[in-house]
Amino acid sequence: MDPRLLTAAVVVVGVPAVLIGYIVATEQVLRLLPERHRPRARPWLWLLPALLFLFVFLVYPMLNTIVLSFQDRYSVGWVGLANYEFVFTNAATLGSIKNNVLWLVFLTGIAVGAGLLIAILADRVRYESLAKTVIFVPLGISFVAAGVIWRFMYAWRPPGEPQTGTLNAAVTSLTGAGPIAFLIEPMINNFALIAVGAWMWTGFCMVILSAGLKGINPELLEAARVDGAGEWQVFRGIILPLLLPTIAVVSTTMVITALKAFDVVYVMTNGNFDTEVMANRMYKEMFNFSNFGRASAIAVVLLLAIVPVMLANIRRFQEQEALR
Amino acid sequence: MREKHRTALTWFTISTVALLVAAACGAGATPTLSPATPTPGATPTPAETPAATPTPEGKIGGTVSVYGTWGGSEQESFMAMVKPFEDQTGVTVQYTGTRDLNAVLITGVASGILPDLAGLPGPGQMAQFAKAGKLIDLSTVLDVPKYTSETSAGFVGLGTVDGTLVGVFIKSAVKGLIWFNPKVYTAGAPATWDALTAEADRIKAAGTTPWCVGLESGAASGWPGTDWIEDIILRQSGPEVYDKWVAGQQKWTSPEIKAAFETFGKVVAGDSVYGGPTAVLSTNFGDAGNPLFTSPPGCYFHHQASFITDFFVKANPGIVAGTDFDFFPFPDINSTYAGAVTGAGDLFGMFHDTPQARALMQYLVTAEAQSIWVGRGGALSGNKNVTNYPDETSRRSAEILANAKVFRFDGSDLMPEQMNSAFWKAMLDFTQDQSKLDEILASLDLVQADAYQ
Repeated sequence: MDPRLLTAAVVVVGVPAVLIGYIVATEQVLRLLPERHRPRARPWLWLLPALLFLFVFLVYPMLNTIVLSFQDRYSVGWVGLANYEFVFTNAATLGSIKNNVLWLVFLTGIAVGAGLLIAILADRVRYESLAKTVIFVPLGISFVAAGVIWRFMYAWRPPGEPQTGTLNAAVTSLTGAGPIAFLIEPMINNFALIAVGAWMWTGFCMVILSAGLKGINPELLEAARVDGAGEWQVFRGIILPLLLPTIAVVSTTMVITALKAFDVVYVMTNGNFDTEVMANRMYKEMFNFSNFGRASAIAVVLLLAIVPVMLANIRRFQEQEALR
Repeated sequence: MREKHRTALTWFTISTVALLVAAACGAGATPTLSPATPTPGATPTPAETPAATPTPEGKIGGTVSVYGTWGGSEQESFMAMVKPFEDQTGVTVQYTGTRDLNAVLITGVASGILPDLAGLPGPGQMAQFAKAGKLIDLSTVLDVPKYTSETSAGFVGLGTVDGTLVGVFIKSAVKGLIWFNPKVYTAGAPATWDALTAEADRIKAAGTTPWCVGLESGAASGWPGTDWIEDIILRQSGPEVYDKWVAGQQKWTSPEIKAAFETFGKVVAGDSVYGGPTAVLSTNFGDAGNPLFTSPPGCYFHHQASFITDFFVKANPGIVAGTDFDFFPFPDINSTYAGAVTGAGDLFGMFHDTPQARALMQYLVTAEAQSIWVGRGGALSGNKNVTNYPDETSRRSAEILANAKVFRFDGSDLMPEQMNSAFWKAMLDFTQDQSKLDEILASLDLVQADAYQ
């Protein structure tokens, strides 16, 4: 028998068995405690496995990465801040930081902006669910597959040859101009990649914003309209302020997504032609050059860039909880 | 009505979140572009491999896992090569091909999940694996005196690290061949680079671009350009400069290396190359030569190693070696260094010492095994006893390899990976904008100072 089948069986039966066994065991332990302490101890015991997992798979690797970032490529000697100096002086890493900023601004801007627009417009038509489904579908595709699909969309053939790429076929037949090398031309290529990201994430933003929109009391909008407010005034004065918390959550999610961008770039250009982002640089340092120190330093810089966004997100959650 | 709508929305949101979580997990788990990569569990480590119990017919049975860079027809040829072995021993060869082999193996060395046998990205990387103690000493596996006598000395040396044989060549290639279509180009082989340039200028004046070049190759994009530079340096400035350059002792900004880039720059200039520099950057190396066979031809010359014939034949059914395509060797540039040849080969190393892996390794170095791939086309043998070249073209390229006055291995493959990768990228950047040459070479000097430590 294939050993993998055995492993699968062990996982399917074993994991629930262990979990149930753990709960039974904790109840046994709790019985040893005096009655009045039990309600306070129980949640911690129930949380313990999750906390352990969190520590082993999230906290420990993070701390270890920070340690590695101060060590040399073989993780033996200490090099102080040399790896960070590399990150902030090397032309390639600086270029990737610049591109990450482009991703951050434009992916967030386009995905949230287009998502909001579509959510509001779709709210007013009868085929709303169809429209939203069409926009949402790309999110179900894996990033690698999306990269491959868009490589075909952007494909470039020498002028005069039949254009196999959809976009260049359109460009050459409609305008008569030469084909555009979307993935090679500087100025265009980064935006061509970001467009793929936006194509995938607009649906996500739209769904969340649409849900927020449905949460706005329709009587409020009706009252405003009865009082003579135009549609633009209704949007500016009522919808936007009420939707702001949702927009903030979606935007922070997109900022984090932009900082984590990897797959699309890896598949479509592999970071060539000045399209590299930090995650790709990290991958190269780690898996191609086996320089663990530098790769870890890039990871830490990325982590530090994400922390303020996370904190803002957590604070907002707490404010919302307090309002309830 | 409104209430019902809400419920539907709630469900939609919940399923969306579930989908997102699934998508996020999926995306995180597949950082490499290799659909064929098996789950780590599928790679048998020595402990897991069923003990070899010889069956009555002397069969070993079991499996052996192999990673390599070959895909498509090259993969088919490799599988054809191991077919008799599978039939004879009952061992199943599980082959996985990936263009990002280097990353897969480095991760494997760190995590311990490695195939039994693997194609090694190059001698430089092989030495690192060997120094980390990951490669099996092949003198315990192979009949070394026999292997040495059957293989050219240069290849034996390249597979040896600190006196230990850890890599063997199962096929080889001559680099720096200039391919042409004999039905279109009839002027014969130019004796010197100047003569070839004169031919190219004549073709240009007649309104056709003389050259076809393609540098795209996924995660390894740019490497065909490095072959160009290597061929030029070896013939323009000689083996001594070449060796110093490969060893990191010759600056990229030195006049010799800069001259090589400038020579290549004339080939990929807008009016010299089919489709202009953009076509060079966006065309896959395997497809680059196809305009040789169109009517009217898109170009007259294509520079590529001997293995390209396989790609020619697959993409243009019906074409025949000798009648539709032929080659002449890269012409001499400086007569002092006449007769220099660059080449490469596919190194194979062993990570796990299992009976199945030993048997496959012993089989792969034999003339019988290598003659299978050679017979299918697209490969030269690493073994001197293989002579069944399918056509005149392959036989001649094998002869070039055998008779080279000065032989040098593919230089970029010998450099540290960081240097190699920067070299690939430099070829793309230079092709895109030749005016940045000084800037590009200066940045390569910086990498050189860093990578050879």
